[in-house]
Amino acid sequence: MKDIKIEVKDLSLYYGEKKALNDISMLIPSNKVTALIGPSGCGKSTFLRSINRMNDLIPSVKITGQMLVEGVDIYDKNVDVVNIRKKIGMVFQKSNPFPKSIYENIAYGPKINGMKNKTDLDEIVETSLRQAAIWEEVKDRLFDSAMGLSGGQQQRLCIARTLAVSPDIVLMDEPASALDPISTSKIEELVHELKEQYTIIIVTHNMQQAARTSDFTAFFYLGELIEIDKTKTIFTKPSKKQTEDYITGRFG
Amino acid sequence: MDTIEKTEENIFFSSNNKKSDLKGTLIVGSTLASVILIIAVLFLIIGIIVYNGWQTFSWEFVSAFPTDGMTKGGIFPAIIGTFILVIVMSIAAVPFGTITAIYLTEYAKENSIFATAVRFSVRTLAVVPSIIFGLFGLGFFIQFIGSGMDTAFNAGELHWGQPNILWASLTMALLTLPVVIVSVEEALKTVPRELREASLALGATKWQTIKKVVLPGSVSGIMTGTILAVSRGAGEVAPILFTGAAYYLATLPKSVSDQFMNLGYHIYIMSTQSSDVEKTMPIQFATTLVLLILTISLNVIAVIIRSRIRSKKL
Repeated sequence: MKDIKIEVKDLSLYYGEKKALNDISMLIPSNKVTALIGPSGCGKSTFLRSINRMNDLIPSVKITGQMLVEGVDIYDKNVDVVNIRKKIGMVFQKSNPFPKSIYENIAYGPKINGMKNKTDLDEIVETSLRQAAIWEEVKDRLFDSAMGLSGGQQQRLCIARTLAVSPDIVLMDEPASALDPISTSKIEELVHELKEQYTIIIVTHNMQQAARTSDFTAFFYLGELIEIDKTKTIFTKPSKKQTEDYITGRFG
Repeated sequence: MDTIEKTEENIFFSSNNKKSDLKGTLIVGSTLASVILIIAVLFLIIGIIVYNGWQTFSWEFVSAFPTDGMTKGGIFPAIIGTFILVIVMSIAAVPFGTITAIYLTEYAKENSIFATAVRFSVRTLAVVPSIIFGLFGLGFFIQFIGSGMDTAFNAGELHWGQPNILWASLTMALLTLPVVIVSVEEALKTVPRELREASLALGATKWQTIKKVVLPGSVSGIMTGTILAVSRGAGEVAPILFTGAAYYLATLPKSVSDQFMNLGYHIYIMSTQSSDVEKTMPIQFATTLVLLILTISLNVIAVIIRSRIRSKKL
């Protein structure tokens, strides 16, 4: 079971009366990159946000089924959602750095968790920025505002910020969709390096990106999980016709 | 290359937009004219006050007590009294108003009846005439709470059950509370949802998010609300008529249970009830000038603070 990080069991999500996710069941392996693909509105982002319970922020949402992270159902009544988010981090589609300095952005998470010692904080800031491959670019201006960075840099900053709280799982919701090709490839490289240490689940509407960066791919359509398999298999010999149609561009 | 010939069919040259342009010009023009008129009136008022009050205005005027039945001397105690009132009022209104605004923006659920009731009360409070606040202050703070305190702590001896700084400030705080709440609410709303999400996704609690991301992002709005409240507080007279303002006090107030003098009230009394209105005219103008300078300075300080906070953030 060590190889499986998350087990999803018959997870359904309702926006009021409307069913947005229909009985999703899947296994997400540890220390691998799992890509979620599918046409717009298929539910992949909604599903991603269910993993760190960000959908809780929407009042009309109701969830049934189970999401077991390392065997524990995170939707259990006794679970503290705040703690879940310390273990499951998220990088958003549009980068959202705080209007604070670069240093303060990264130190935000550790400080929330009670870290006060300046040396410790300095160390975490540097480690995180190195892990996100942005240390060299910002090491001389740590106390400048994060808002002065370019789009690609801001997104890598957000990744560093997420890594600073040492999560086990990193969720990425189309992290490169708003970026230029060079920034995009930097982020893809990053994803590849990070999987040594983290389990990564990435939503992407870019199939080539999914094929390049992921080990496993899950295809969503109209709120259902159609197929999940090794990426190579999905893109060469998918078992479902719908998957094949999507991959070959017949719709989407 | 030939130039394009102006023909009936050439839409680039058609002139049926001119009518709409004219309408637009008229609307903008008349609005501009009204604004200029209002500004002109404002300058006229300020001009009259400055012109008439300038001669009496001096350092002595600002630092001395009134003498000879208000016909000579200064208005120092009125200035101090106004300051004290405004400070105590802000201490009461700003934290309370800020917390209410935080509740309404961050915690209240969509369909909450309680939240709807609070919002409705705030909006209603904002339009209640200020004299009614005065009557409320008299009836509730002075006669109910104040007398109650005297019965409980002073064995009936009259101490809290009468007009003083505390009751006047609390009354003013009620008056300015809606302004603070609305300003802070607006400021909180300008913090984008993505920033709150980012904080929560890092494992912060809601309160941590408010304290570390939302509030710092809305400081300038909170300052604006405070300054607006303070400006109103410095100028309103009706609420303090029965709750604490006095015409003449020989000494400065020493505690919140003392009465106080007030600039706005001073102007009112001198212009209507003093023994010799003609003689006090110069002092009236000068007092008005002081009040005007005070209010304008407050607003200028607010603008400066706000712009400095904004530039620091970016």
